[in-house]
Amino acid sequence: MGNGEFKKFIIYSLFLGVLILPMVGFPGTHFEAKRAFIVWGVFVGVLALGMLNQVVRQSSIYQKTLGGPQSFNRRVTKQFQKIPVRHWTLILLAAVAVYPLLANNYMVDVGITCLIYIVLGLGLNIVVGLAGLLDLGYIAFYAVGAYTYSLLNLHFGMSFWLCLPIGILLGAILGCVIGYPTLRMRGDYLAIVTMGFGEIIRLVLNNWDSLTKGPNGLLGMAKPSIMYPAFSNSGLEWATYSLKSLHALYYFILLIAVLTVIGVRRLDQSRIGRAWVAIREDEVAAELSGVPTTWLKLLAYAMGAAFASVAGAFFAAKLSYTNPNFFIFMESCIVLCIVVLGGAGSIPGVILAGVLLIAVPEVFRELQDYRMFAFGLAMAVMMVLRPEGLIPATRRKLGLSDIETDTIGELEESYQAVDSRT
Amino acid sequence: MDTSSFLVQQLINALFLGSIYALIALGYTMVYGIIELINFAHGELFTAGAFIGLIVLAALQKYGFVQTHFVLTLFLVFGMAMAYVGVLGVAIEHVAYKPLRNASRLAAILSALGMSIFLSNGMMLSQGVSDRAYPALFGLKGITIIGARITYGQVFIIILSLLLMVALNMFVNWTKLGKAMRATAQNQVMARMLGINIDRTIRVTFIIGPALGAAAGVMVGMYYGSVRFDMGFIYMIKAFAAAILGGIGSIPGAVLGGMIIGGVEVAWSAFLPSAWKDVTTFIVLILVLYFKPSGILGEDVSETRV
Amino acid sequence: MHTYYGNIHALKGISCTIPSGDIACLIGANGAGKSTTLLTIFGVQRAARGEIRFKGRPIHRLRPEQVAVQGISQAPEGRQIFARMTTLENLEMGAYLRNDKAEVAGDMEWVFGLFPRLKDRARQLGGTLSGGEQQMLAIGRALMARPELLLLDEPSLGLAPKLVEKIFETILEINKNGVTIFLVEQNAHMALSISNTGYVMETGRIVLTDSAAALLKNEKVKKAYLGE
Repeated sequence: MGNGEFKKFIIYSLFLGVLILPMVGFPGTHFEAKRAFIVWGVFVGVLALGMLNQVVRQSSIYQKTLGGPQSFNRRVTKQFQKIPVRHWTLILLAAVAVYPLLANNYMVDVGITCLIYIVLGLGLNIVVGLAGLLDLGYIAFYAVGAYTYSLLNLHFGMSFWLCLPIGILLGAILGCVIGYPTLRMRGDYLAIVTMGFGEIIRLVLNNWDSLTKGPNGLLGMAKPSIMYPAFSNSGLEWATYSLKSLHALYYFILLIAVLTVIGVRRLDQSRIGRAWVAIREDEVAAELSGVPTTWLKLLAYAMGAAFASVAGAFFAAKLSYTNPNFFIFMESCIVLCIVVLGGAGSIPGVILAGVLLIAVPEVFRELQDYRMFAFGLAMAVMMVLRPEGLIPATRRKLGLSDIETDTIGELEESYQAVDSRT
Repeated sequence: MDTSSFLVQQLINALFLGSIYALIALGYTMVYGIIELINFAHGELFTAGAFIGLIVLAALQKYGFVQTHFVLTLFLVFGMAMAYVGVLGVAIEHVAYKPLRNASRLAAILSALGMSIFLSNGMMLSQGVSDRAYPALFGLKGITIIGARITYGQVFIIILSLLLMVALNMFVNWTKLGKAMRATAQNQVMARMLGINIDRTIRVTFIIGPALGAAAGVMVGMYYGSVRFDMGFIYMIKAFAAAILGGIGSIPGAVLGGMIIGGVEVAWSAFLPSAWKDVTTFIVLILVLYFKPSGILGEDVSETRV
Repeated sequence: MHTYYGNIHALKGISCTIPSGDIACLIGANGAGKSTTLLTIFGVQRAARGEIRFKGRPIHRLRPEQVAVQGISQAPEGRQIFARMTTLENLEMGAYLRNDKAEVAGDMEWVFGLFPRLKDRARQLGGTLSGGEQQMLAIGRALMARPELLLLDEPSLGLAPKLVEKIFETILEINKNGVTIFLVEQNAHMALSISNTGYVMETGRIVLTDSAAALLKNEKVKKAYLGE
């Protein structure tokens, strides 16, 4: 602690003031001093906390008692890993199973939305987390599932169960179509192209009025229904039970989510999963080791798309309504946030992040508007401080937190270490 | 309108649109050239420029400044928007990109994306969700060339864009700092060995690139009469397509790409249903990235390192 | 001046001392660690152990830009010229740290005097120059900083013998102007013929240290590196 840090703090605060005061202070034509200064105050407060934290970490007292700064992340992770997975799973399952009985309708609805996003997150986890392909247009597959069910059900009266595999197939095909041009592309270009594809899909859905009724969306799809044998006056016959009630839908999506978790976990632990991780870590090396990268990358897209498609079909059925505006780029970002913040490649991480991102803002309704604001910042900050995410994947760390071993990289690390001590 | 007027009109529109795209694309290309990162937040910087321009303009208008000191108004509006966004650009670089300079590309991209989301939502929260109107500065008066109409506003924007691009060119080719920027973009390690402070060079890049984007933002706000917190998105895609098309990392490439994309968009709107014109841009982008990712004036982006 | 360093991985505990005004050379086979040595001096690679002193001051913890400030210049492996900048601009970049415009202009004339071919190509892009010209440009650029110590990494690499001779003559002339030179070379003969001191490096270690003249007559050196 010393003058240097304090001076930095003052300079940074002034910078923040310059940046925040005009934007926040002038929503109209007059300066709203109170609002602007409060926001500024909040940011300065956060800055102060951050700098204080850094100062404390580097002070000799902290070093002696709690150990070096590097180990904080690892120690938190280790705590998580101490509790056996089985306990977590049982607790979690019990909680979600019981949940609808305890909560009111609104909360059950929130729960459903949460579970949908968890399914989406797990699907994107395959593409981004396991295979390392930064797909920014993932929401397109969600849309495919939704619109497939909507169109088939509205025009041909096809049942949900029939539309589901068709949606999955279409999603997988679209996944391959989108994936194919990106096979040889580097990270940033891949991101842009997938983003472009996502937008193209949305624009097509929005503009192709004759097919999709454009921005009006499609209305009136039937809920999924189950046939079951029942006794009646004329003997044994099939009765239908329509999954109309919120509780029924909740348990349905819960089932889907559980199956997704199992599916993703199986993939993760299979040879395919390991091959994906190999591609993620070092594609050239993987290819040289005989890994069929082309096929596997397409498979990753296809599988991710399949899960999204299922979620989409459910979504359309639940609302009995779908609309292109549900599938904007921001939605892709939300799902990506869930995966990245939770920990790419980590199933419990995605679940936790899904709950945080979706459920918490619903509970604390005042925070709704601030949701993406906070999570955008969180994503950037996460990359700097804890790229493995909240609950890192236990088997392999995503190469995010590995410092590239080029000479300047190591040099910077050592210089930073030296600088921070002066 | 006969054919020649029609064509001239399209040309004017293309030049106008192309200049704006070129300015934004320059921001992308400069940043990518020097740190090999797509600055996803650039679209938001563009929007921020538009908003600051609006704020300054509204304030000046309140005091009747606009009528009396028209040129000074323009100067202040653009100047302050560019200055603000320059500062914002440096701040973003310092917080979200600099710490990740040696980390994996994925981490840097995600950080950039996060910043983009953070900024656009920030603007939504502070400025509101709906469109905000820009006070009209130029009106509809204009001149007519060969039967085609060009407003004074368009003339101003085209000339200003040209001036900015010329200024950039002069900076990059004739000043020591500008050359240092080029050197750093080509071979970072060697530049360091010559004593060039790359932190400073990168910072300057993050002032100039975003500032140009901000100027484009003010222009768009002025011309179309409104700004919205999410207007950056579509411009970002188009400008990015322009930068890639012209060859990412190449400054003349960005200008060329901007003009081409502007031209394509105008041509499409002239003859085909304009609802789909954005789809065209996306498709152009994907095609370019697939067939010739190095672009027209493409340079080999993987530099030799010591 | 003195330089000492020890380094794990590529350089296993080597020690050198280069007196001011001398030409010292480091010879050895490919992959022996010669380039790594120069990079470590410049701070591009970091010495895990040991220290490097320049004119009595430790420089091993400095970043490359700071090393350049100390008065050290390098024409690195692969030449590393800025391909999309002109010859003139490359030379200007060499003088980046300097503020004395008149002197810089004078030095540029001197460099053109040493390498007349560069003057012909003054406005050409660096990438269009031939290998030999690029080497001249790399050295010239390094000289533009008016360094006290010039590090040269394999100046003869890929050049025709006549050109190699010319370059080494020029190196001698540069040294006569008061620049201390430390060069690493595969071409042992040429290197030793112009140097005062020689170090022989093998797999990261210095195995032989002597005056260049003595090394030229050394039987082991003759057999391994001089092809006799």
